[in-house]
Amino acid sequence: MRARLNLVIGLPLVAALGGMALVALAWTPYGPTATSIRNRLKAPSSQHWLGTDEFGRDVLSRIMDGASVSFRVALATVLVAILAGTLIGVATGYLRGWTDRVVMMVNDALLAFPGVLLALAIMVVLGPGEGSIVAALGLAYTPSVVRIVRGQVLSLREREYVEASRMIGNSDLYTMARHILPNCIAPITVLATSLFGWAVLSESALSFLGLGVPPPAATWGNMLAASRSYMESAAWLSLAPGLCIALTLLGVNLLGDALRDRLDPRMSLR
Amino acid sequence: MRAPDPLLRVEGLSLATRSGLPIVEDLSFRVDRGAVLAIVGESGSGKTMAARAVIGLLPPGVVRRAGRILLEGAAISEQPEPALRALRGPGLGMVFQEPMVSLNPAMTIGAQMAEGLALHRRLERSAIRARCLDMLRRVGIGEPERCLSAYPHEFSGGMRQRIMLASVMLLEPKLLIADEPTTALDTLTQKDVLDLMVGLARDHGTAILLITHNLGLVARYAADTIVMEKGRLVEAGATRALLSAPREAYTKALVAALPRRTPHPPPAPRGAPMLTVRDFVVTHPGARSLFRRRVPKRAVDGVSLDVHPREIVAVVGGSGSGKTTLGRAILGLVPHEAGTLSFDGADPFATRAARRSFVLQAQMVFQDPYSSLDPRMRVEAIVREPLRHVPELTAGEAARRVEATLDDVGLRGFGRRYPHELSGGQRQRVAIARALVRRPRFVVADEPVSALDMTIQAQVLALFTALQDAYGFACLFISHDLAVVEAIADRIAVMQDGRVVETGHRDDIFDRPRHAYTRALLEAAPRLDLAPSTPVLKPSAA
Repeated sequence: MRARLNLVIGLPLVAALGGMALVALAWTPYGPTATSIRNRLKAPSSQHWLGTDEFGRDVLSRIMDGASVSFRVALATVLVAILAGTLIGVATGYLRGWTDRVVMMVNDALLAFPGVLLALAIMVVLGPGEGSIVAALGLAYTPSVVRIVRGQVLSLREREYVEASRMIGNSDLYTMARHILPNCIAPITVLATSLFGWAVLSESALSFLGLGVPPPAATWGNMLAASRSYMESAAWLSLAPGLCIALTLLGVNLLGDALRDRLDPRMSLR
Repeated sequence: MRAPDPLLRVEGLSLATRSGLPIVEDLSFRVDRGAVLAIVGESGSGKTMAARAVIGLLPPGVVRRAGRILLEGAAISEQPEPALRALRGPGLGMVFQEPMVSLNPAMTIGAQMAEGLALHRRLERSAIRARCLDMLRRVGIGEPERCLSAYPHEFSGGMRQRIMLASVMLLEPKLLIADEPTTALDTLTQKDVLDLMVGLARDHGTAILLITHNLGLVARYAADTIVMEKGRLVEAGATRALLSAPREAYTKALVAALPRRTPHPPPAPRGAPMLTVRDFVVTHPGARSLFRRRVPKRAVDGVSLDVHPREIVAVVGGSGSGKTTLGRAILGLVPHEAGTLSFDGADPFATRAARRSFVLQAQMVFQDPYSSLDPRMRVEAIVREPLRHVPELTAGEAARRVEATLDDVGLRGFGRRYPHELSGGQRQRVAIARALVRRPRFVVADEPVSALDMTIQAQVLALFTALQDAYGFACLFISHDLAVVEAIADRIAVMQDGRVVETGHRDDIFDRPRHAYTRALLEAAPRLDLAPSTPVLKPSAA
């Protein structure tokens, strides 16, 4: 029942925001970077549904364009973190021994830093740009993926079907790929959705701090940063990107919960 | 024999899921004061749900549709939850099936035992403690003082079930509901715990509702029995009459499913053994605790064993006797520390090539059919997987082999299913098919039927013997259940504390046991001896 509600709210939210990002690839009402001195700081109207900013750029166009940038970055980040984390997690969890100890020690050290702080440090080294955000956030999120996947593998490798695979004469690599990895998919999927939300938030935070995607390209984070000076005179400037970030997080988290309930075998038994 | 006012009367009880699926239909029975009534049935027969309805602990999603439950003439089924709570403990006690999870791991034994007393009796703390100690002594706990401050994980399954029993009996309930109380225990412990339970109940005038699928236990402990199938009462009556002359077809099937000794020809003179184990030692590294490493435990301690071609050798022993470890070490799943192993006259672990060839000829059937199959693979993929390592088979031949093997185990047409769509017995058939699809010469079967119901057990055992006849593999059959072993083994090795204490032909072991431990095991095995002298416990008139 609750799972249904999560799905009913989460899926349309994510679909709408994702659809907006897709549309922005092909079309936006105005050019997202087209300035117009005459139309500076205009309140929402029929021409500009969400108003204009301090350079007269259309906020709706920038929100849409920002969505595609944010989602692209978040998607790439999640892919990097999940791929790297799953690979390391499965390997250490299955092989155990010294590999496991050394990798997990490094992993725990990385986990001790707050993710955004770690990403911030990497961004300072790499310089701003989409590629470096993906690298920085991907690296920052990998340790938590490693932790979760390794835990899952540790419990799976004690199952008798993994032993049966050894008895059949299968190699370790084959056993990992055929019997352990597929049974990790459910928790990884759920983790990926929640990471996606975090990545959107972190990318916005980095951009807000001026370390993300540099202007004039639009992201929700740098729009929020730029709107700070006009908070009192032009509230719509901060309201629109702020709301978008909040709605994305809400939608992704609800979807993640729904997925978890759906993928949990104990739930699917009902 | 029947008292006019029984302790418990269940009238026309019907249970169903919220979606309307019937679980128990129109069940009526009575339990007299101090009597032992057994409810017998297979999984899914509704026996556990019926018992849970009595104590008012139905899981969410199951509701009582009709019927009344009367305890001493009062309809407890109509009482509100708070009144029921006051009744649980002093009125109704329950011992659960799984001793490993029915005690709270974060509480000391003392705290858990005291909980019930503090709730239902007005007693000083010292009085509570004294009663706990007294009861622990009664259930045979060695150092009761120490036990009170210990945590559940420090005890074995049998000990935990004793502790569970002690904490339930502390409140002297009028009715004790025991739901498969010994299914998770080995034969010897089973007898100890049940003897204790029945003895305690008799002393306190407690009646017992014993829920089990094991007819041997019923014959030994219950004066009256009801048989349930698919939520309905099939047959009821005095145990001895019911088991010696069952009227209904289902009861007859249950009685027939009990493993029996089939006449075996005496072992033909054989050539050299196929597998030879000499002075095998396997050591479990001590569990690491926070500050020190515990002493390593010798699980297998100097075992020697021969297995001839086409022979079934059973290894029998209680839990912790090292029998499972022995089987796993022979297959190389755990390393052995000392001793020699030879297969066809050569050490199978000497070289990589030898190990490989051994793995291809030896297979294992695991105990738990619920964890031995990959949940994300279809049955045919599971059975086909071992053929990856038989390169001379073409894809078409492999497919035909898989089909033929599924046919062999009676699962024709099940290839497209996933494990969760199969019952426990069907899953174990898949596991057997996977082990046999490569036509191995040697199979280790680790308690392959102990997780199954009696009738299913009989079917799987019959299948296993038929396949062994057809394909002629040799087998090391590991079990704690002598009844199962009696039905299929050629020779038996009895293990205790990591050593083989007695080896012999099956009939010799059963008819002329030499070692005391073998005799104790035989004595403890629940059997359906229906001779007039059978000591069926009479209910004491209360």
